[in-house]
Order: sequence, then C-alpha cells, then structure tokens
Amino acid sequence: MTDAYAAPLDSLTRLRGIRGAMVVAAQDGLVVAESLMGGVKGTPLAALAANLAARVIELSARAAVGEPRFVHLQAQDGSLLVAPAAEELLLVAVAGRDVPLGLIRLEMLRLAERLA
Amino acid sequence: MTEDIRALSAQYAADPSSLVFLRLAEALRQRGQLEPALKIALSGLNRYPHLPDAHDLYARILADRRDYASAFDEWDTVLRLAPHHIGAHKGIGFLYYRAGEPEHALYHLRVAAELDPGDEGLRAAVERVAGGREIWDVPLPVSPPVRDAETRVAPAPAAGDPFTGVEGAGQRLLLVDRDGLRLGGALAAHGGRDVSEETAASLAGVVQEAERAARLLELGEWDHLTIEGTALSACLLCPTADTSLLATMDPGHPVGQLAFYAERGAKEARAWLERAR
Repeated sequence: MTDAYAAPLDSLTRLRGIRGAMVVAAQDGLVVAESLMGGVKGTPLAALAANLAARVIELSARAAVGEPRFVHLQAQDGSLLVAPAAEELLLVAVAGRDVPLGLIRLEMLRLAERLA
Repeated sequence: MTEDIRALSAQYAADPSSLVFLRLAEALRQRGQLEPALKIALSGLNRYPHLPDAHDLYARILADRRDYASAFDEWDTVLRLAPHHIGAHKGIGFLYYRAGEPEHALYHLRVAAELDPGDEGLRAAVERVAGGREIWDVPLPVSPPVRDAETRVAPAPAAGDPFTGVEGAGQRLLLVDRDGLRLGGALAAHGGRDVSEETAASLAGVVQEAERAARLLELGEWDHLTIEGTALSACLLCPTADTSLLATMDPGHPVGQLAFYAERGAKEARAWLERAR
C-alpha cells in the first residue's frame, strides 16, 4: 500500500463494522490503496464506487446540490460510503449492518480532508 | 459537579474497557477539554457501539464542537436504541430550538420532561420554548410535528400532485418514473430556479448504479442513498419498483432527518400511485 495512505486507511478499518477501505482514482475507478478484510474484493469495489460517484456528481450538479462531500448508500446488509478527497481521489469504505455510521462518517470526512 | 479528572483517568488507565470512560469523557467535556473528551468517547464507542449512553456522550461532545448535524444523528441513534432516553430528547430539543424550529423542540423537550418530571430546569425550558402558551394541559402528540416549510421560492405543486399538503411540496420533493419522466413534485435551487426536469433525467442512472453496487457488493437490497452536498443534502429512494424520489434539505439539517422526510414523501407517493392506478 502507498505509505501516504496506509495510516489513514488503517485508522478507518480499525473502526468497528468496517469491512474495508480504499483510496480510488475517481476518473477510472482504479485502486490507489486499499485495506480490506477477507471476502472484500478491491477491484470491483473501486470500480463500482467510482461509477456511483460519477453518477452522483452529475445528479448533484443538475439538482443544485453542489459538490458532494459525503455519499452514503444504505442497503439491507450494509453500506457503501464515499467521500471525495483530494482532486480525482475518492475515499471509499464498506460497512456492515448495525454499525455507528455517525462515527464512521465523521472519521471519513476527517480523513478525506487530510488527504486533500 | 465535575468529577476529579485525575482520579477518573487513573481508573480508566487501570481498566480501559470499563464504563468509566463515560464519566471521564463527560468530566473533560464539562471542563471544555473537547479533544481528549472526544478521543476517550470514540474509544468507548468502539468498545460499546450499542450503548445509548456512549452515543449520548459523543453527541454532547459533537454539539459542543458545533457539529450539530452529526450530533443530531448520534442522538437519533440513541433514540433508535433507547426511545425513552432523556438525554437524547433534551439534546434533539436543544438542536431544534437552535435551528429555529420551536414546535419540534417543544415536542422533544416535553417528552424529556414527562420522563423526568422532577427536573425543574427542563420544565422551565419547555415553558420558555412554548412562549407563554398553556402547554401542560395540552396532550403530548404521539409523534413529532412535520417540519416547517422553508423559505425557498418555488412553483406551487400542481393539482393532483402526490405531495400536496406535504411541507416543502413543489420545491424539495421530486417523483419520477424509470424513464426519467417527472410524475409529481418539483425541485428548486437556491434562488428559486426550477431544476426538476434536468434532475429527473439523471435520476435513473443513479438508481441503476446504486442497485448494481448493492448487488455486486452483496449488501442486499438498497434502501436509500444520501448525498451531503455543499449547497443541499439530498436523499434518493424508490417508493415503488418503477419510480424514484429525490428529497432535498438545506445542508444544516441532519441527514437522519432528511431520510425520514424522504420516507414520508415515499409514503405519500405510494398512496398517490395506488389511487392513480
């Protein structure tokens, strides 16, 4: 893992309920750095998160939402969380169900700011 | 009274897994030492993620740090874990009062006052928020009131619109079909510009990506998507299999409240679609 991203990703994955965290190139959905638990596949996660983020950015512009700071896809068995970080980078995390998302959100926003 | 931080720190150091973190972080918070308080609260929350008092403590620290949106979401979490938690009702009441929504504030403060009838300060706060109205003889509503309308200029909803009568109809709720055709409601940007049609056209693409991501990541069926933007917060969900709904709020509002608001819009949309069909 790229050293610059190792500590932030490790601090995120130490939070309870996080299955994996990554830094992803927003433009092409490629993995920049990752810290994943067993069973989570980095390449598809990165691509799916980047595709979703691209659609969300387009929607946000049209709906006058402004630049997205945090995106949260809530599903029955967990969540996909995306925080745009430095230019062209996304901080991505997958969380299980029944986890303190407020805490995870706060940490991701803090890390995204630091990455920027 | 603030407890002795040195003694509490010693207890915490001796047994970091004990619940003494609650008293230590609270003592630090009361002294205004928010960073160490936050660190200890988060550490405790990691050990006890389902402990309502840990979330309540965290919310109080967030409120002191003026991160009101996160504080609201944490207190909202407390009420999901423990619906009769006095501290959470007081906290949410305070946030609503601060946000200029006295009816919501009154509801939560009254719930707290009924749970703790001996708290004279709380009774005084209720009476202050009520603004001199007789309050104690009025029955407590079973649920919080609907949010107040915002002041954004927007077109009025058309007759037969699914959201007629809903707060923010015509400016903060948009219902579209799978092809991106607008079925009802409208969205307005700050300044009142109607952005409904251009928004409707891009909703289907987001829904498709959300479905795909949830399925391929084995997260189960997706429920909703929230976007915290610099100008607005938005929540997207599907009231039925062939429609999608976007709800927006100003960014100062807690995301948890936005999701509730969107769900209310979805309920109205389902009823309207049922009638139409």
